[in-house]
Amino acid sequence: MSGVLETHDLTMRFGGVVAVNNVNFSLQESELRCLIGPNGAGKSTFFKCLLGQYRMNHENGRVLIRGNDVTGWNTFEIVRLGIGVKTQVPSVMNGLTVQENLWLSSRRIHGWHGASGAVAEVARELQIEDLLRRTVGELSHGQRQVVEIGIVLVQRPWLLLLDEPAAGMTGDEVERLIGIIRRINQTASIIIVDHDMEFVRMLGSTVTVFHQGSILVEGPAEQVLNDPAVREVYIGNRAE
Amino acid sequence: MDYAGVIILEILYMIAFLLLTSAGLAIIFGMMRVINLAHGQFVMIGGYTTIASVKAGINIYFAMLVLAPLVVGFIGLIVERTIIRFLYGRIIDTMLATWGLSLLLVGMVTFIFGNTAVSVPAPISGYQLGEFQMGGYNLFIILVTVAIGVVMWAVLRYTRAGLIARGAMQGPDVVATLGYNPNKVYMITFVAGAALSGLAGGILAPLTGLLPSSGGAYIAKAFITVITGGTAVITGTLLSASFFGTINQIVSFAANPVMGDIAMLVLALIFLRMMPKGITGRFFRDST
Amino acid sequence: MMNWPSVDRINWGWFLLAVGIFALLPLVFDTHTATLLIIWALFALSLGIMWGFAGLLSFGHAAYFGLGAYTYAVAVINIGESTLPFLLSLLVPAIVAAIIGGMAFYGRISDVYLGVITLVVTLILFKFMSATAGDIYKIGSARLGGFNGMPGFHTLNVPGYPDISLWGWPTYYISASSLLLSYLVCRWILARTFGRVLIGIRENEERCELLGYNVAAYKTGIFSVSAAMAGLAGCLFANWAEIVTPSVFSLGQAVEVLIWVIVGGLGTLIGPILGAMALGYVKLLLGEQTVIDNSLILGALLIAVVLGLPNGVVPAIRRIWNAARLKLRRRVSEGSTRRTLNASSQVNR
Repeated sequence: MSGVLETHDLTMRFGGVVAVNNVNFSLQESELRCLIGPNGAGKSTFFKCLLGQYRMNHENGRVLIRGNDVTGWNTFEIVRLGIGVKTQVPSVMNGLTVQENLWLSSRRIHGWHGASGAVAEVARELQIEDLLRRTVGELSHGQRQVVEIGIVLVQRPWLLLLDEPAAGMTGDEVERLIGIIRRINQTASIIIVDHDMEFVRMLGSTVTVFHQGSILVEGPAEQVLNDPAVREVYIGNRAE
Repeated sequence: MDYAGVIILEILYMIAFLLLTSAGLAIIFGMMRVINLAHGQFVMIGGYTTIASVKAGINIYFAMLVLAPLVVGFIGLIVERTIIRFLYGRIIDTMLATWGLSLLLVGMVTFIFGNTAVSVPAPISGYQLGEFQMGGYNLFIILVTVAIGVVMWAVLRYTRAGLIARGAMQGPDVVATLGYNPNKVYMITFVAGAALSGLAGGILAPLTGLLPSSGGAYIAKAFITVITGGTAVITGTLLSASFFGTINQIVSFAANPVMGDIAMLVLALIFLRMMPKGITGRFFRDST
Repeated sequence: MMNWPSVDRINWGWFLLAVGIFALLPLVFDTHTATLLIIWALFALSLGIMWGFAGLLSFGHAAYFGLGAYTYAVAVINIGESTLPFLLSLLVPAIVAAIIGGMAFYGRISDVYLGVITLVVTLILFKFMSATAGDIYKIGSARLGGFNGMPGFHTLNVPGYPDISLWGWPTYYISASSLLLSYLVCRWILARTFGRVLIGIRENEERCELLGYNVAAYKTGIFSVSAAMAGLAGCLFANWAEIVTPSVFSLGQAVEVLIWVIVGGLGTLIGPILGAMALGYVKLLLGEQTVIDNSLILGALLIAVVLGLPNGVVPAIRRIWNAARLKLRRRVSEGSTRRTLNASSQVNR
């Protein structure tokens, strides 16, 4: 059987730098997967390749999403398959209210008439109803992260790509986030990129470690996090 | 045979003209990521300075080679301190403000010199090439342009200032890493770019009469030469000036000079479409 | 429908007042002047919706204004009856903009490059039209006329009656209705999904892409609509001037409209209209004397606005007005928190 998402020999070069090197990655239906790795390991580039945010062709390998070969597709076409994306720096519309942000996302899936209802539902789910009329730009970093997650969830995606969703959140917010992630995971597959080992441990999923553009190790969280090779990559990076 | 010589000389002259008029713009664009839409007016003021000085009895070479860059460099200093430095990193706003500046300068020159054409005779007389009468001053312009190019290249390659400048092309943090204040480097760059524009205006002044609105004639060509050339100041500008200069003159000979200009602009459009992610394209994407 | 405070609802009371003012304007100015001011306002509005709401700055919007003017002149000389030329003067700029915009936006170029491309297109048209003197430059029976332009074409006529031409005060009322109608079209666009997505793109292009919107298509769409409106303004201008010259494509024309819009206000529709009418009137007044050059004032104004009021005058006034109202309300009573929040969110946009 084929997975939700597969890459075959995915490679991305910038000049002489190989940012992503022959990555063969595969994600199963309703799987929760964490991608970790030191800065510059190629995680974010990998995400951007999946989403067609870099121009790609078959020389860069292949990306298959639910059996569709999406290599070379436009970002919006790939996303329309049913993918929700949260970027590393909260990518929200700062000049608009929370309500408007969520509505724009909701509108594409639920139509002109259903959009507002879906927004109200997500706002209740994330407990941000009292923020709806606030302008996003004036919210705290953690609140904006939640808003962005709301923007992603309101489209009811079956595959989520979350880049550092817990960054800038308080302890309470992180715990609530983990609850939300587990709940979404019942109906959707999720890939999470994060630096925070503690957060990854709490999620307790399968972990893929990126190093210098390639996959270094893959396995259950506890095993991977105690792997000496992984520790060396992290510590070695810190020593630089 | 003579005819071929004429064409080659005209092409060389056009390349020199493009290089000369776009050098100041290229330096400012390459090092500061600033597109100075008042560039044509800087050139125009260099021309006015030269003509006014000559009328006041000053030697023409001193006027064009020394006074014009000094005056325009000083204007550049004022402009950088009062406008440009508040807008670093905001490319579109800088374009808007410098476009406003261009109008302001046209208005001021009109106010001072009036809206009538002024001119000064070329100090070098023409010569005969076979049956064709050639402008001797055009040769002078080609030689001066070569000299300016060599000096610029040598400065960038072999001096401390050149090192800083090459650092600035990589980005403001590189300048800071080298231990210099980016603001000061930018200020000097802008003044140098303005002075070069003034020099270009001074040298070109004897060729054509000047009007306050003459700046507009330079900006279009300089603009596309620099943008197409990209941020690699010397090689980029040299390549695109050679390319556009050749095309312009060939079409001018085949049809007429206006068609030459149009051919150049259309080619620039095609270039921009084909290389949106070229040197310059990638650079803009990163900086915004 | 859930409200979208970022986009003003249309206030029909104000709109009717505007209708009244436009109806009586020829009593204040002479008809000729009033018509020109209205045409400029329409031109500014066309750039205002694209720049202020979609965040797309066309440095050379004069291209579409000029295309509208030339299309009308060429078509009416060939056809005689003015209805089709009138429609063509909207259609041709819209198509040209769709081609240029599509080329630019589907090529994923940056906003600086859009500025460069739009400017270069305007320069090309200006140079070309200036060079079209002589008999070989003809479209049908219309001679383009080079720098001297094309005089002597028929002005608009009552549709279906080529002999009843409209000139003078009818031109004014046609222009005023065009402006009011275009304003309503803009409002309508902004109230629909299309307009809201455009605002989203202005705020965060990447996010809109990630939400699954075809950003390039939206941008091309608004560029085309904006060009059609500019073309309409150009067609009316041709009727007003009764001659079309290459100066409609000039850099001066291009920068002037840009100044009207940014001084009037980005992100509003009324700002560009007021900006164009006020600054246009100043220009006409200055044109009568020779001491101060108009470009001196416009240039200084553009620099001042970019440095001091990057969003223009109308948003600044609105901000002050909202702040004052908020203060007043606080003083009158404690007021409900909900209202205060509402007002502060308006203040902040």
